Parts: sequence; structure tokens; C-alpha cells
Amino acid sequence: MKIQISNGRVIDPANKLDARQDVFIAEGKIVALGSAPAGFVADRVIDANGAVVAPGLVDLSARLREPGNEYKATLESEMQAAMAGGVTSLACPPDTDPALDEPGLVEMLCHRARKLNCAHVYPVGALTAGLKGERLTEMAELTEAGCVAFGQANTPMKDNLVLMRAMQYAATFGYRVWLQPLDPYMSRGVAHDGEVASRLGLTGIPVEAETVALATQLQLARSTGVKLHITRLSSAAGLDLIRRARAEGLNVTCDVSAHHLHLSDVDIGFFSPLTHLVPPLRAQRDREALRAALAGGEIDAVCSDHTPVDDDEKQTPFAEAAPGATGLELLLPLTLKWGAEMKLPLSTTLARVTADAARIMGITKGGHLGVGARADVCIFDPDAHRTITRAGLRSQGKNTPFLGYELPGVVTHTLVEGRVMLGA
Amino acid sequence: MLNPQLSKDGKLAHLLTLEGLPKSILTEILDIAAPFTEVGEREVKKLPLLRGKSVFNVFFENSTRTRTTFEIAAKRLSADVINLNVSTSSTSKGETLLDTVDNLCAMGADMFVMRHASSGAPYLLAQHLRATGRDHISVVNAGDGRHAHPTQGLLDMYTIRHYKKDFTNLTVAVVGDVLHSRVARSEIAALTTLGVPEVRVIGPKTLLPTDVERMGVRVFHDMREGLKGVDVVMMLRLQNERMQGALLPSSQEYFKVWGLTPEKLALAKPDAIVMHPGPMNRGVEIDSAVADGGNAVILPQVTFGIAVRMAVMSMLAGH
Repeated sequence: MKIQISNGRVIDPANKLDARQDVFIAEGKIVALGSAPAGFVADRVIDANGAVVAPGLVDLSARLREPGNEYKATLESEMQAAMAGGVTSLACPPDTDPALDEPGLVEMLCHRARKLNCAHVYPVGALTAGLKGERLTEMAELTEAGCVAFGQANTPMKDNLVLMRAMQYAATFGYRVWLQPLDPYMSRGVAHDGEVASRLGLTGIPVEAETVALATQLQLARSTGVKLHITRLSSAAGLDLIRRARAEGLNVTCDVSAHHLHLSDVDIGFFSPLTHLVPPLRAQRDREALRAALAGGEIDAVCSDHTPVDDDEKQTPFAEAAPGATGLELLLPLTLKWGAEMKLPLSTTLARVTADAARIMGITKGGHLGVGARADVCIFDPDAHRTITRAGLRSQGKNTPFLGYELPGVVTHTLVEGRVMLGA
Repeated sequence: MLNPQLSKDGKLAHLLTLEGLPKSILTEILDIAAPFTEVGEREVKKLPLLRGKSVFNVFFENSTRTRTTFEIAAKRLSADVINLNVSTSSTSKGETLLDTVDNLCAMGADMFVMRHASSGAPYLLAQHLRATGRDHISVVNAGDGRHAHPTQGLLDMYTIRHYKKDFTNLTVAVVGDVLHSRVARSEIAALTTLGVPEVRVIGPKTLLPTDVERMGVRVFHDMREGLKGVDVVMMLRLQNERMQGALLPSSQEYFKVWGLTPEKLALAKPDAIVMHPGPMNRGVEIDSAVADGGNAVILPQVTFGIAVRMAVMSMLAGH
């Protein structure tokens, strides 16, 4: 099927393009921009007048809950959420049940995802068997099965010798290692250790839970030479460590979750379990530092950290509530809101959820609209606003601290490899 | 954000915490409690204010003193009292908190007195009642995690007012494990709201919450410094499980440094009163000579506790 997307403002950060022009798609690929190739006859014309035509979003962290937690979400439900959110490529963390530590599990996940034919799914394999931090996984075979990186999700490693060995082994092949900076003991609280947690009597997670783990991870990256990516930074102090490591020549990337760009521990309010997240929402000064660093490119990308949680697990006191929030459908609106508040050009804003994220994930055919690229496209109205409601979310997880917020950016069309998945 | 414990017209709908409650409401509760102290001295210790009402004492965590005084208070107001000890752990896959509550509502509860090991649990309950249109049922927090124990805070304020008359010329020291103490948080909130010019906290750095000074207190680690010239000493209970490990090396060392002995108490004003929420660990946070001495008002605290709880319940019932 040949598709012509006409009259839209095409923003493709990877190719530094921001212009009103047409996009031509054939056989699942972008075949031309601007003027039609010779003999191109569109089967369908999508009028994108007044809309932005961007690469489909690339999300560095979206839990699909398969295998093992299908009562929280399924591939079917979460793929629908991805399409509604304009997300066409996503990395899923290994904290499924069982963890993504066997090639067979990864193959099954990729197979299920391909059959649904929605977003491209890129599994992050477990760095250690069962995420237990004891035994290395078969990283070569897992890579063959489809893993793009290896990590521990939210389960920190206790034994730094194993961490060093795992990094050495991954570095042998040039595999990426994605780590969440969390000290296994200091992260056992439920909220940022500060004024709010003290007042509410919630067990604190000090900033040192992030910085101590991060210092170790950076040091081991230096000595092992592994390609390290730090996921979901939460503090200004953590950011400083990344800055210093880079100044010393270390090649390290990092991301932040969309929640942490907008919320702080004050948003816990009267114990709202919706704000129980990992890492915890930190102080306002941390949030300001993260926002500025993402604008300046010191933080490479923003992810949804999509974590569908069922209602029973949230209708409990704060500390007992399962951490996490739904996010796939909020990634674009929250990123747009941040970009507008930081007064950034739209192409810079979008780069953080397209080109920059694709670079970290190591994918070349997605995250941009160059000729020859996969025709993964997100068309959205940047001026329209939408109020976030439970009923309006396609994800099986209805829990987000942004319920009731009016957020900018309404996705009208999502294309995956030239197939119109939303807006058909 | 809607304050969950106030109704739309600013009246007390639930009692969940003392933090953020206006001085007028705190004072009103203390004023209402005053005449109730005499009820306990009458031959017929009953008032009809809660006649026909069902008060459910739902305790997810053990308690003897608090549960008993709530029960006495409700009975003196002629309520029907039902006690439930629901032993649960956060990991057990039993009935959820809200399921339990819905069942009790179906049995005709008018008021819940709830204790729970998790900070904020009574908020969940109050929000659930509001969301399901059961605003007529009120919730009294009888202690939630480390967060708040508002009736304890109120009875402590009643005790201080009884002995000291005026809050605005006092220096008050709160001593011990502030970090894990819901009592301390409620006391600090009430003292600062009622205009006490200097509230001190005294304890080791491991037992004081991060940014505790933001609660409006002066921090002391040296007990002798902290007790100098105070009018009121409010001791906190040190839980057994805190006495050894990463927070404190031993109960002996704790007593030596932060235990209230007659020698240390001598640094306070001669007419200083000594309070304790109970149960006391003699020889850990307090010396028996002090606990049983002339400055201690620990047993009057318990008696006043009944009157204060009667006041809270009758206010919530609309009187």
C-alpha cells in the first residue's frame, strides 16, 4: 500500500528536518520527502494539515507484563496503548515472571509481538539468571533471540564482583548494559528521604541510594569498557556524577522517566499511591535539574517507564502499593509539556523520544524519517489538549498520577511500517 | 487538594492528623474535653451523646491502652462498641483493607477508630468512604505507621494545658526515637500550632528524621543541653527492635546517653512535668525514679485521654 501524508509539518530530528512537506511511503518504507517519486500513485492520502508528522516514538522502558503478569496487562492491551501513544518501538525490561533470562522466553515474546504486528518490541535481557545477581545469562544466545541490551530492571545487584564480571562479559561482545542506579539496601524505603517523607512518616530512600550505586557502576564501566546506559536518573547529585564521569572521558548515556520531569515528592500529597514510583519522586530541585539537563542533552532521552499495575495493588496504603504507573499513552503529551515549559524548539523536544532514544537502543531503521527508513510515523495535533481519564486510557493499567491533567498533543495517526494502526 | 479530614464547610469530618488543623479546632477539642473529665468521677459514668451509634474499633496492630481508652470513651458516650483485632501482614493475600471496611459498613458502622501499621492507611479509608458516598461515617486515626497519633497528641496538649495553663511561654523537649514515632509527629504539630515558642527534639542522629528542623523544632543531640530550662519533657518509647543493630548499639548505651534520670531532669525547670505515651521501658528511656517521681504526669495523661477521646467522638458525631 502506498501512502502520501500531505500538508503536515514534518519534524525529523535525526535529519535536522522541520518543514512543511509531504511524506511518501511504499512497501513499508519512507520512499521520498517533498516531491513524489516518479510514478507514485497513493492508495491513501492522509491529510496532515495543522498536524506534526514525526517519527514514531521510541520508548526505552515499557513493561508489557508478559510473560507471567497477564492479569496486569497483556501484549494485546499494551500494544493498543502504544499505538494510541504514537510509540512504534519500545524496549521492555526483563522483570517479567520468569525474568527474560532464557533465549526461549525472549523468542516467544518476540514471536507474540510480531504476530500482533504493532510496535516493534526490543527486549532487554536479564544480566543475571532470574535477576538474582549470581549467575550470568547466555548473553550471546539472548542477543541472537532478539535482546538489544542487558540489565537488572529494578532489582539491584548486591555482589559487585558479579556486576564487574557481567560487565566484562558483555564488553567482550560489545553488548549494551542498562542499569538502574539503586543500592540494594538503601533503596528499601518507599519515598524520597526528605521533608515530605519525614512529615508523612514514610520510610525514606536517600539520594545516596542512587549516587552510591551510580559511582560503583561508573567505576566498573571505566575499568571494563562496557557500553553503559543509566536508566531513570532521579537526582541532581546523580546527574553530577554522570557529568564528572563524562568530563573524565567516559562514554555513558542516561535517561529519565517522564514522571520525574513533572512531579516531585510534594505530589505525594495525602499519601496518593499513584505517586509511589521507582525510583522515588525526589525533591523539586532534583526535578528542576533533570528538566534542564534533558533540555541541554546531558540526559539523552526520556522514557515512559510504563508499568501497568492493577487497581487492587494501588488501593492500599502508600507503602504497600505496587510501585509504577501507566505511561505509554502519556509519553508524548508529557514530553511536549516539558518542551513547551522549557521553551524548546519542537524538534529538540521530539529528539528526546525519537532519534536520541533510537541511538541508545542501537536501532537505525527506526526513530527517523530518512528515505529508506521504516515508515514508523506518529502524526499528532500539537495544539489540541486531552484530559487524562481512566476511561480514555487503552492500557490495562489505569493508574497514573496524571489522571485529571489536561495535557497537550493528541495523536491522530500511528503508522508502523506503512500500516495505519491508529486513524485508519 | 481537598483536605480529607475537613468537610466542605471547614468542620472536622474525620480526625486523621493534627498537622494542618487550625488552632481553633485544636482548642475547641480541648475545651470540649474539659467537662468530660468529671464524667469519670460520677456514680453513673454515662452521657447519651452517641446513643444508638455503632463505633468499630478496628485494630490492625496490637494495642491495649489506646484501644481500651477508646472503648471506655465510646461507652461513656453510650455508643455500641465493637472491637476487632485484625491481624494482617502486608504480604498476606487475605481480605484487603477496603474489603474489610466495606463489610463493617454493611454491618452499620457509624464511626471507625482505626490503627494500622502503614502510614496513611486512615486516609485511604476516609477517601474510600467519600468516594463511595458514605460521608456520614467518620474515621478516627488511632495511630498509623510512623505518621500520626492525633488523639495521643491531643491528650498530651490537654495535659500540658492542665498543668501549665498557657502554651505561649513554654519550652518543650521531645526526647528519643522521633524517627519511628507517630506520637512525636502529632505532638510537634500540635505544639507548634498552639503557639509553643520553643519545641526541641533530642536524640541521636540515627533516630531523628531527615530535615526534622523543617517541622519547626530545634535539634539537640546532647540531652543535657536540650533539657536546660524546659517546662515540659515528653519522652518517647524506644521500640525493642530498634535497640540493637544499625540504629543503636545497645539499650544500655541508650539509657546512659538519652535515658531520663533524676540528674538530667534536674537541668529542667524545677516544676517541669514529665510525660510518656506508654508503655514505658523503665531503665531504657526513663529511670524509675523519674517515672514514679513528683514531676511525672504519666498516669493523669491516661485519664485525660478518655476525656479527649470522648470530645473527639462527640464532635465527629455532630455535637
